[in-house]
Amino acid sequence: MTVKYTREHEWIRIEGDTATVGITFYAQEQLGDVVFVELPEADTSADQGAEVAVVESVKAASDIYAPVTGTIVESNSELSDRPELVNEDPENDGWFFKMNLSDTSELEDLLDEADYQTFIQEEL
Amino acid sequence: MTNLHALVLESFHAERGAKFGPFAGYRMPVQYSLGVKGEHIHTRNAVGLFDVSHMGQLLIEGKGATNALEQLVPAALQEMIPGQIRYSQLTLNNGGILDDLMLTRWDEESWGLVVNGACKHGDIDHLKTYLPADVTMRYFDNHSLIAVQGPKARRILSELIPEAEQLTFMRSTQTSWNDHDIILSCCGYTGEDGYEISIAKQFVRELAEELTQLRETTWVGLGARNSLRLETGLCLYGHDLTTDTTPIEADLSWSIQKRRRTDGGFLGAEIILKQMTDGSPRKRVGIKPEDGKTPLRDHTILKNVAGSVVGEITSGGFGPTLQGPVAMGYVLQNLCELGTELVAEVRGKDLRCAVCDPIFVKQRYVRNLSH
Repeated sequence: MTVKYTREHEWIRIEGDTATVGITFYAQEQLGDVVFVELPEADTSADQGAEVAVVESVKAASDIYAPVTGTIVESNSELSDRPELVNEDPENDGWFFKMNLSDTSELEDLLDEADYQTFIQEEL
Repeated sequence: MTNLHALVLESFHAERGAKFGPFAGYRMPVQYSLGVKGEHIHTRNAVGLFDVSHMGQLLIEGKGATNALEQLVPAALQEMIPGQIRYSQLTLNNGGILDDLMLTRWDEESWGLVVNGACKHGDIDHLKTYLPADVTMRYFDNHSLIAVQGPKARRILSELIPEAEQLTFMRSTQTSWNDHDIILSCCGYTGEDGYEISIAKQFVRELAEELTQLRETTWVGLGARNSLRLETGLCLYGHDLTTDTTPIEADLSWSIQKRRRTDGGFLGAEIILKQMTDGSPRKRVGIKPEDGKTPLRDHTILKNVAGSVVGEITSGGFGPTLQGPVAMGYVLQNLCELGTELVAEVRGKDLRCAVCDPIFVKQRYVRNLSH
């Protein structure tokens, strides 16, 4: 199992050819209280960088991008009734969707945890 | 965030975990460490403290002031008693709104005005243009304004300022606190009982510190100020009111008293009073999505069920008290009836919604002290 990060503050947990995607602790902190999540439907295919979901906080709506190219296989239906899970447990129970990877080489461009921590330090 | 004015209390707010954002030319606290949702709920349940010193505080006085002001606002001013406050709008010849404001009568020919921060310089120019030479205008840029809002504001603020206890909604008094002159007004923009306190800048830190010491108070930023006013159906200038919106379209007819409806005599009266009789082309309404979940944001397009564009959302978001989406916007007159089905275009998708009362959460002003 590997966990990677994007510059859009998403995390991707890779297990075989399946990736689970969510937003980072830092991202939820910046967003504030999450009040609504719009999730993609299963079997939707998405290119890397495509807008596939939306997270809305008390402040604003933000897009969630597909971190890699693939097909959405499942969305976290729990979030539609309990969007606050994104704040409470962003990197576990607050996951957004799972996708099948089309091209594992895309993972090489993503950040590992240390790189991501450096990235958010620079952004602050 | 350069070229922005700093509030006198900037470091005080920063010490309380404030995150700042630009608003009306000021660096304003958007939220504190409690967060927008927590601050909103705290204000509905106890007491929220707000630094609204960006707002413009004006004093207009001199022979003819009352008549001159009546030419600029549709509210009836002559009938008001000293210490009474009325909400009104500075109207324009086209019937549009230059700003909305609170007017307090101090004396026969003496008026206190509180106008929006983002509009204050334009308002001052407008007033200068229309006020006769005998009428003077003073801009109190050396004063801060602190709002104390919530169902426990009356009880708790009375411990500091005893006059608060007897002051009812839309009444104001000039008094003192710790030997400093203050203006205490029973009004606000959260839909709750509460007050606004005007005080000279050099004493505002002293006041802020004492307010913070009172039990059940917390500082509240612009984020929650917005969701609080939105839930209780109050308009935000620049969003829900503009120079192209008339008071009738904005459903503010209640703020035009009887004599003014009959006699007119204010800028744009011809258009505004005609709309009052014949109806306006569009009207401000509340909008709720049928799914009960999707927040409708500002500028969301509204369509009728046949797919034609019929309006747009002017303010929208999430209401922490309602625990659901709250929005207001404008639709064509024939679609403004409660329950009318509409379609909102959200991120390219059609979302079914309905017209509703823009007051999502009941206002709880204290208009008399008998209960």
